[in-house]
Amino acid sequence: MRYAAKRAITLLITMVAVSFLAFAAFDIISGDPATAMLGTEATPERVEALRAELGLDRPLLVRYGQWLAGFFTGDLGTSYSYGQPVWDLIAPKVGVTLVLSLMSFVLIAAVSVPLGIWAARWGGGPLSGARTVLGQLCMAVPPFFLGILLTYLFSLVLRWFVHGSFPGFGTDPVGTLRYLFFAALTLAIPRIAMTVRMLGSTIRSELGREYVRTAISRGNDRSGVLRHHVLKNALVPVVTFLAQTMAEIVAGSIVVEQVFAIPGLGRMLVASIADRDYPVVQAIVVILAFWVVLSGTLADLINTRIDPRLRLGGGA
Amino acid sequence: MKKRPLALVLLASLLCAVLSGCGDSSTGQAPEDRAAANAIVVGIAQDLDDSLDPHKTVKAGTREVMFNVFEGLMKPTPDGDLIPAIASDYQVSEDRLTYTFSLREGVQFHNGETVTAEDVLYSIQRCTASTETGIVPVEAFSSITDLYAPDEQTVVITLDQPNSEFLSYMTTAILPEGYDQQDTAPVGTGPFRFVSRAAQDTIVMEKFDDYWGTPAYLDQVTFKIIENSDSLLLSLQSGAIDLCNHLPTAQAAQLGDDFVIEEGAMSLVQALYLNNAVAPFDDERVRQALCYATDRQQILDLAFDGYGSLVGSSMYPTLSKYFDESLTDWYAYDVDKAKALLAEAGYPDGFSMTITVPSNYPQHVDTAQVLAEQYKAIGVEVEILPVEWNTWIEEVYTGRDFQSTVVGVDASNMTARAMLERFQSQAGDNFINYHSDTYDALFAQAIATADDAEQTALYGQMQRDLTEHAANVYIQAPADLVAVRKGLEGVTFYPLYVLDLSQVRYAA
Repeated sequence: MRYAAKRAITLLITMVAVSFLAFAAFDIISGDPATAMLGTEATPERVEALRAELGLDRPLLVRYGQWLAGFFTGDLGTSYSYGQPVWDLIAPKVGVTLVLSLMSFVLIAAVSVPLGIWAARWGGGPLSGARTVLGQLCMAVPPFFLGILLTYLFSLVLRWFVHGSFPGFGTDPVGTLRYLFFAALTLAIPRIAMTVRMLGSTIRSELGREYVRTAISRGNDRSGVLRHHVLKNALVPVVTFLAQTMAEIVAGSIVVEQVFAIPGLGRMLVASIADRDYPVVQAIVVILAFWVVLSGTLADLINTRIDPRLRLGGGA
Repeated sequence: MKKRPLALVLLASLLCAVLSGCGDSSTGQAPEDRAAANAIVVGIAQDLDDSLDPHKTVKAGTREVMFNVFEGLMKPTPDGDLIPAIASDYQVSEDRLTYTFSLREGVQFHNGETVTAEDVLYSIQRCTASTETGIVPVEAFSSITDLYAPDEQTVVITLDQPNSEFLSYMTTAILPEGYDQQDTAPVGTGPFRFVSRAAQDTIVMEKFDDYWGTPAYLDQVTFKIIENSDSLLLSLQSGAIDLCNHLPTAQAAQLGDDFVIEEGAMSLVQALYLNNAVAPFDDERVRQALCYATDRQQILDLAFDGYGSLVGSSMYPTLSKYFDESLTDWYAYDVDKAKALLAEAGYPDGFSMTITVPSNYPQHVDTAQVLAEQYKAIGVEVEILPVEWNTWIEEVYTGRDFQSTVVGVDASNMTARAMLERFQSQAGDNFINYHSDTYDALFAQAIATADDAEQTALYGQMQRDLTEHAANVYIQAPADLVAVRKGLEGVTFYPLYVLDLSQVRYAA
């Protein structure tokens, strides 16, 4: 339990650091929210007045302090672009991106683990070349293009979903899940290929170790050894890898949400960065960072379950 | 072990069944369902991430859509005329200083209130003195010396000097006094009323049943935000979207038989805008050399699939009253002449220059690339600097820290003044630092004159001044391609950046 508490504190510190970095990054890049809001109507006087109204004329640390205080009291501020409370704007999108990420994560785990084991057991053979080519292909196709290909197949040819008419969980939960599935698939395909390859090679290298030979020579059957001994050892790097995959999924969702016209956090993030809508950017960055850091923490906790030695810090 | 493949096949087919299953039963996704509900979905590439208060709206994309919700005392027609809207008629005094507007009886706001003279006074005052932060002041209102309502149905406005274009500014939206939710839940008097906005997703409008004029045909319009043009194309093809304007030519070419492409002209002038204050563009001969070295037809062919109409000055063809066609071919493509001019200006071997382009506009980026190739012929090396829109606003438009930029410049209303005012040497939005005393004098004359014909002639001379001095390398008024699903009709084009949906209807 102390271990979990320690991880929770690390998580909190990471979050604060991430939010500060995001905040500071905006001070460095060019473009100011006031100019963004005024556009071609911007005059120096009007920009100054708006900056004052938004409180942007105060020092960075003061603004950050105020934001942090607001964050911990549940006030994420008001969007500059939309003039609405940030939470009202992004609340419907949090669920969408969360479900999309989880769905694609489950797809990756459910498909790649059995496939990886299968690949390791029947490594080599006549099909191995074809498998490698297929794997490389899946990894190499840019997600944007893959999304267009899948849309073409499933929406325009098979008519399994209507691209561009995302229903939303409120109106049609089943339809929404179905719509999200194709986006999740786009996210999952390259990562399935990566995980299969990674798991396959880990298992193969484990299979070559002495304890396996010993176990088999003692008369244990091959699949038993694989299941009880090899997998347990091979799983630790795979769990870590899958946790990293979670971060990649979150990053990849930005592109996929655009291709599939899904109103999620990723699109919102891109748009609000372009608009210099700080309060929205801050909130989304913190949510996504939390999500990524949390999955890393969970992976570590799972790994210590699989291999308690890691708890002593030796495995890090 | 042998059962496994069977189980897998079963699972896969179950998945297929779920995924494909009730695909057609969900409502509102198929074009036929929408036709039955008398509703359409319009695809737009830009979200309305702006204040929805029309007095505060800055983005052209927001104004374009909200045109359906708001009206002024006057409103524009597709022909470029002005007709009374909330006003039923108006009189102008002999000395052209006093405007008396009679309000139309019983015009209703979307919240059920009736428009009164008080609302009109409030709306005009709000745009005169910017007491609230964020209000974009209407410059023409600063010459109002007296504004009052002698009775409930009349508004009188007095100016300090005659302004023949004053009526154009009377298209300023009339809003209910005392309503403070305009930013997010706007209320106007237009044929459609605003229903909802979901950020980066949709904007919904419904027909306003108590509209004073010809009601809208459609019961509901949903604007779907799809910023990526490939994605937009997929949504048109999948049946999710019925109408989409500003479609890039590449996407328009790929649309199937379900759509008709309507072609209008955008109300903007695309040009290589030159900073007239920095070397080498402070030399008129260098600017002229670039004009001669530009093969504009090739730009249209390579970057716009041949669509678009060429222009030769800061005026677009749909403002036909002012557009001077003779300026279009002033600088016919001539590399030798360009080289000679450069040599004369002291650059016999050319020079290097930068073109700053807002990267969110692929058409401007493409144009810059064609220009870069073309200028190699006269020894000019071009470096293209793609920047984000905000950076463009800050550095190029307000900071004027640039050499040249490819962009489209539009007009806020249908007057020549709106296009030409900015190139006066002292104008705050003269981002190219154009300086011509003749031009300034002509402008002063033009706004002071009472005679319409004389004024039109003066505006013509101003355009000529811009062309002769090669203020910019003028290129074209881009085509506006609108994809309309077959069965829909009534798309209208205005010499303004608006999308009027009140005429759109399902063919009987």
